[in-house]
Amino acid sequence: MKRSTIDLWVGIFVALGIAAVAFLSLKVANLTPQSASQTYVVYADFDNVGGLKAKAPVKEAGVLVGRVADIRLDPKTYRARVAMNIDKQYQLSDDVSASILTSGLLGEQYIGLQQGGSETNLAAGGTITITSSAMVLEQLIGKFMTGFTGKDASK
Amino acid sequence: MLDLITSPLRRLGHATINAVWRLGFASRFLLAILANSGQSLLRLQLTIREMYFAGVMSLIIIVVSGLFVGMVLGLQGYTTLVKFGSADALGAMVALALLRELGPVLAALLFASRAGSAMTAEIGLMKTTEQLDAMSVMAVDPIARVIAPRFWAGVISMPILAALFNVVGVFGGYLVGVVMIGLDAGTFWSQMQGNVDLHYDVINGIVKSLVFGVAVTLIAVFEGYDATPTAAGVSAATTRTVVTSALAILALDFVLTAFMF
Repeated sequence: MKRSTIDLWVGIFVALGIAAVAFLSLKVANLTPQSASQTYVVYADFDNVGGLKAKAPVKEAGVLVGRVADIRLDPKTYRARVAMNIDKQYQLSDDVSASILTSGLLGEQYIGLQQGGSETNLAAGGTITITSSAMVLEQLIGKFMTGFTGKDASK
Repeated sequence: MLDLITSPLRRLGHATINAVWRLGFASRFLLAILANSGQSLLRLQLTIREMYFAGVMSLIIIVVSGLFVGMVLGLQGYTTLVKFGSADALGAMVALALLRELGPVLAALLFASRAGSAMTAEIGLMKTTEQLDAMSVMAVDPIARVIAPRFWAGVISMPILAALFNVVGVFGGYLVGVVMIGLDAGTFWSQMQGNVDLHYDVINGIVKSLVFGVAVTLIAVFEGYDATPTAAGVSAATTRTVVTSALAILALDFVLTAFMF
């Protein structure tokens, strides 16, 4: 079997295809080789998670420290229990507070962490107790409307 | 008078029976290709030769179309997104539109019209000039020697072409968004990386293009093999390849999208 120029061209073609898939998975999709061993899980209970989704970023002082792993309803307390994978290099104090924030007007929702003053760190698998829920636009408008009519009646 | 009513009905019935008959034949044909694939994969030279004609020769149209589709996406996306003050999301929009839909679908449509029609015409002409019968007489199975290498060449080439279409399209979006309009390059890429998921978007797109590759190539070789051995028959078969492939791609795309996302 002889080598021919066709083999060369098909070889280039296949190599280009492999390079394209590699580019798509590394540069476009950002394949982060973040395995479970490099993160630890902490939990937080919220009254309302709004539009928070799994894989949403967890940020502290605007820096990405982890991602939301799982959101489920606690069958006992009827609150939303959010599991977060936090990067091992970041430690949280045990009085850290978590709030659900929105990036921009139409942006995605993420969890913002605010460290407390405590010296002890939150252990892996621990629960963040100080939380504030997502802002729900309908509730906000509802409050505004009731406040408005209340003021009107007192006049 | 009665004939005026029954004639269209009769034609409809005939067309239905013919369609079902061809579907059955195509299924048996696919099984025959799979059964005879061992030989064509052993003699890789045949498949590589067909990959050159189906894949390498389609590169130009795929790359140029991909670039322009990406550029148009960048331009259209920018004019729409800027109204909502979220022009930063352009990178994510271009990448998701390409990876999920446009890349696999448009690459498959181009592949069907560039390579699929050529396969049909070639096999149809081989049938017309009785080359396939001559092979059978010489105890060479035409399915193993002619059909199976072309089938596998198409199935392998399609995902590669779709991946290249995506890469060039993303580059086209970058060209318009960052180089021409002047968005921040870092935001463009980081928004893309933040919103594109490897499994959901990249892998599902490749799976889609693989399914399209099987469908388009099977239609192309089947239409060629089933062509009426006349000049008109070959031209009708070539037309049917492009039309059937396009409809099959769009219908399959709907089904696959409903399954995947």
